[in-house]
Amino acid sequence: MDEELQSYITAGYVESVTSIEKRRSMFTCTRCGNDKRHLFATMPHAACGKLCVYCRNCIMMGRVIECEPLFRGSPQYPWPVVENPCAWGGELTVDQQQAADEIVSAIDHGQNELLIWAVCGAGKTEMLFPGLTAALKAGKRICLATPRTDVVRELTPRLKQAFPDVTIQALYGDSEEKTADAQLLLATTHQLYRFAYAFDVMIIDEIDAFPYHNDRSLQFASKRAAKLQASFIYLTATPRLKEKKRIKQKQLPAVFIAKRFHGHPLPVPKLKLSPWLRKELANRRLPKSILQTVQSQQLGSRQLLLFTSTIEYAQLVTDILQPFYPDITSVHAEDPEREEKVRAFRNQEHTILVTTTILERGVTFPSVDVYVLDAGHVVFDEAALVQIAGRAGRSQHDPTGDVLFFHIGKTNAMLHAQEAILRMNKRGKCQ
Amino acid sequence: MKRIDQIGCPRCGREDARGICYDCERWEQSNVYAGVLEKNVAVYAYNEFAKEIVAKWKYRGDFILIRAFAEAVQTTYHQHYRDVGADVAVIPLSEQRLLERGFNQSDAIIQMLGFDSHDFFTRRESEKQSKRGRRERMEAGNPFELVRGVTGPVVLVDDIYTTGMTVRHLAMLLKEAGCPAVYSFTLFR
Repeated sequence: MDEELQSYITAGYVESVTSIEKRRSMFTCTRCGNDKRHLFATMPHAACGKLCVYCRNCIMMGRVIECEPLFRGSPQYPWPVVENPCAWGGELTVDQQQAADEIVSAIDHGQNELLIWAVCGAGKTEMLFPGLTAALKAGKRICLATPRTDVVRELTPRLKQAFPDVTIQALYGDSEEKTADAQLLLATTHQLYRFAYAFDVMIIDEIDAFPYHNDRSLQFASKRAAKLQASFIYLTATPRLKEKKRIKQKQLPAVFIAKRFHGHPLPVPKLKLSPWLRKELANRRLPKSILQTVQSQQLGSRQLLLFTSTIEYAQLVTDILQPFYPDITSVHAEDPEREEKVRAFRNQEHTILVTTTILERGVTFPSVDVYVLDAGHVVFDEAALVQIAGRAGRSQHDPTGDVLFFHIGKTNAMLHAQEAILRMNKRGKCQ
Repeated sequence: MKRIDQIGCPRCGREDARGICYDCERWEQSNVYAGVLEKNVAVYAYNEFAKEIVAKWKYRGDFILIRAFAEAVQTTYHQHYRDVGADVAVIPLSEQRLLERGFNQSDAIIQMLGFDSHDFFTRRESEKQSKRGRRERMEAGNPFELVRGVTGPVVLVDDIYTTGMTVRHLAMLLKEAGCPAVYSFTLFR
C-alpha cells in the first residue's frame, strides 16, 4: 500500500473494507453487489500465493479479488458552499417551475425520493437548475447519472455554462476526466460502482432506460453511491410499470408534466404499412413508397432522423440512400466516430442521419422529422417508440415534425406508444 | 475464435502465408538470431475477437476465461510436441507486473497443459514489450537471464507470438548454454 493512501486512512478520510464477503458458501462483491455464484471465479493468485475468489461481474472496472481490500472515501468531507452558482438567465414555464419547486423542497428537506415524469421535450434539464442551485448553496455534492454516454456528453456543456463557478466533471468509459473529485458529477450509471456514500443528491435521468432499469447491480451501485440520508431525484418521460405502480400506491412522490416547454403538443406518430420492407431490404432495396416519402421529405427544410432496428440495417439503408443523398451518414454504438457524427448532424452538416436506438433519447436536434424503419422489430418497445417520437418538434421555432413508423404489421408496442402520446397531449391541454 | 488448422509459415505458425514468411526470413538473416528457434506453433489466429478475449483475460484479469481454450490448447500441443520430449519453460514476468496482474499467463497455459513448468529464466527489467515497436524491441537488449543448466530440448510457452522477439531472446540464452533445440508454443499468432 502506498504511503499517501496510508496517510488518508490514518487521517480518517479513507477506510478500507472487505472486498468480497463470504458467508458460508455465499459470496457478495462489496463493489457491485453481485451475489450470483456463477459470476465469481477463482484463480491462483501470485500476490498472496493462494487460490483467491474474484468477481467477474464488475471486472471491466478492474478486478476485485478477495485478498485485496477496497478503499472508500469518507462521507464527512466538506464540500464548498457556492453562494450564487447559477448563471442561467432563462425562465421556467409554469409546469417546469412546479417541478423545480418540488425538487428544491425534496433536496432541502432531505426527502428520500421524487420522480419527475415529464414528456419528451418538457425541458427536464432546466427544471433541475433551481434544485442544483439550492444543493450547491448548501454545500452538497451532487451526481447526475444516466444510462447513456451521449446524454452525459450532451448535458455536460450545458451544465458547465449554467454553473460556471462549480467544479463539474463528466465520467464515462472514454472520458478524459478520471479523478472524479468534482462537486457536481455527470456520469453514466456504470461509473457509480466507483463511489460509496459520496453524494447528498443523486439524480438519475432516464431511469426506465436500458441497462439501468433491469440491472440490479447498477441499482445497487446507485444506492450505495449516495449518502444514507441523500435525496434521489428520478427523471423519465416513459416510466415502467414498476414506477407507475409505486406512484399509484403513494410510495413514490411524483410530479407529472404533460406539456412540452413550448406548449405545443407532442407529434403523434403515423403508422405506415410497408409489407415488403424486410424483403426489399434483403434485396438491398427500399420499398418505393418509403423512398418517395424520403424524397418528398428532403424537399423541405428539416433534417431527417432515420431509425433502424440493427446496425446492419443502418449501414444497408445508408448504402441504398447514398447515391441520392451524398451527405447521408449513419451511426451506432460501436461507431468510433459516433460523437463527431452526432455533433455534425446537430450542426446541420448532414441532411439524413441513419441511427440505431442509441439516439432514441436524451438528444435534441432543433428541426427534424423522424422515421422508424421496421417499427415492429422487438428493439422498438413502447418506451423506445415514445422516446423516438419525442425527438421531433423540440424547438420553440419549429415545434412540429413528422413521425412515421414504417412496419410490416402493427404491433402492440406501436399502438400503445401512439395511445400514450395522444393521452399525454390530452392531459397537456387540460393542465 | 479462429483455430489455425492450416499452417502457412512452418517457422512461426501463422496461417496467412505460403512457405516461410517475410518476418521469419528476416530473422534468419540476422547474425545473432538465425537458427536459435526451431519453430513456433500457435493455436489460434490473433484476430480482433482474440484481441478482445486477451484484453479481458490478461489485462482485465478474468483468469477463468482460459478454460475456454483448454481443449484446443492440449490437442494442438500434443499434435506437434508430444514426441519432442522437451522440458517446458515458463516465461517470467517482472515482479511488479506479476503483482499487478496476479498471474503469469505463460504459467497459466502450462498448468492447463498439465505440465510442471521449470523456472529457466529471470527477468532483468520491466518495460512492457507490447508498448514498443519491432525496431525498439530488437534494440532493447536481452531482458532475461538463464538461471539453470540445460541438457535436452525446450519448449517456451507464451500467450502471443507477435514479432517473435521474446522467444528468440530466450532461445538464444538456451542455445548458448548448449540446448540442442528450442521450440515455442503460443495461444495466438
